[in-house]
Amino acid sequence: MGLELYLDMLSQPCRAVYIFAKKNRIPFELRPVDLLKGQHLSDAFAQVNPLKKVPALKDGDFTLAESVAILLYLTRKYKVPDHWYPQDVQARALVDEYLAWQHTTLRRSCLRALWHKVMFPVFLGEPVSPEMLAATLAELDVTVQLLEDKFLQNKAFLIGPHISLADLVAITELMHPVGAGCQVFEGRPKLAAWRQRVEAAVGEDLFQEAHEVIMKAKESPPADPTVKQKLMPAVLAMIG
Amino acid sequence: MGLELYLDLLSQPCRAVYIFAKKNGIPFELRPVELLKGQHHSDAFAQVNPLRKVPALKDGDFTLAESVAILLYLSRKYEVPDHWYPQDLQARARVDEYLAWQHTALRSSCTRAMWQKMMFPVFLGEQVPPETLASTLAELDRCLQLLEDKFLKDQDFVAGPHISVADLVAITELMHPVSAGCQVFKSRPKLAAWRQRVEVEVGKDLFQEAHAAVMKVKDLPPADPATKEKLQPSVQVLLQ
Repeated sequence: MGLELYLDMLSQPCRAVYIFAKKNRIPFELRPVDLLKGQHLSDAFAQVNPLKKVPALKDGDFTLAESVAILLYLTRKYKVPDHWYPQDVQARALVDEYLAWQHTTLRRSCLRALWHKVMFPVFLGEPVSPEMLAATLAELDVTVQLLEDKFLQNKAFLIGPHISLADLVAITELMHPVGAGCQVFEGRPKLAAWRQRVEAAVGEDLFQEAHEVIMKAKESPPADPTVKQKLMPAVLAMIG
Repeated sequence: MGLELYLDLLSQPCRAVYIFAKKNGIPFELRPVELLKGQHHSDAFAQVNPLRKVPALKDGDFTLAESVAILLYLSRKYEVPDHWYPQDLQARARVDEYLAWQHTALRSSCTRAMWQKMMFPVFLGEQVPPETLASTLAELDRCLQLLEDKFLKDQDFVAGPHISVADLVAITELMHPVSAGCQVFKSRPKLAAWRQRVEVEVGKDLFQEAHAAVMKVKDLPPADPATKEKLQPSVQVLLQ
């Protein structure tokens, strides 16, 4: 059995891994894990990832969690073009810096924006107070501004003239609030231009394919009560 | 001007960077940044790290934030022994996996436990609701269990038979609740044995030196009103 990638394209980090693997023609078996059905909570999946999260990787007997670790593993094993994770010590450090920073900042605020604006009311049937939503969107605004001011600045891509893992992780994160109907690129010409460049570098078809599911998030049918009960604790832990 | 490390040993990630640099004989100028005096909010420090956090690195004109990025940069630039960040693909992936997971798991619960149990009541004179503290300690417990079951397992160190940067990051995180009086190693013999091994590898003197400041935090006099006012806004998030 070759490389298997356990993914749900609803998930930001899964999209980054998917795009990366496809773009670099890395051969893999796609193992879908339907988050909205709670499949990530199954005992079977816990054999692959005891942390009960996607993405997860299985390569023979070797299993691996955490999208950053997975992206780096694929980068090294499949010897992808240098620009994704440059050999240059300083350029590489800048990629590491973004990949570390995003966990508690952009990742978090993009996730909360999607869930507070769309998934709680539409999928879980749980209202979100206007104050809570406003606070979440304000936090998103702050982190998106940091992305522009501290990371992107006046460069073509986040760490320099070429696309890297940092851009893939960032763009897939930003598509979360976009899928929720937040206009994160409006009034942000610099970021919008960067988005265009990233999409062009990835390839429009692959980009759209990876984002089909998130762009339909607003149309998620309501969860039935058993599923909702199953998912609630994990959801609350995730976006807390 | 050679390598400069901007650190406050009160901070978990700063301790990991400090221990790593000292253990590997990496020459650097220590630039203290006193968090409890709000020095990380100064305009001068923002020149080094616009994210206004420690640790931060300055190497000539090159500045770098994020402890994980800094640890990896130092590993590469100073060509430290392989075990810190092994060349072996799978061993390295295990280190990356821990370094990614910890941001939103152990790091987060250790910081909250220390602040809610000690810093808020003792230093800031702010009461923390018992339910909040209880919930935080439960989350810490859950993360410790994952550290033991998913990462450490029956290995000597987090990523395998040898100490790596993952162990440094983990141990310095755990010393945070320890400094607040949480008995994280009590009734966890596996974890306690791992702690002993890490301290021996690091060297007891260096380990104690790195932890002197945080172990004395409980004896600090309460913050004066000016300091309180300065710090309070940024630490409110730790009450969640």
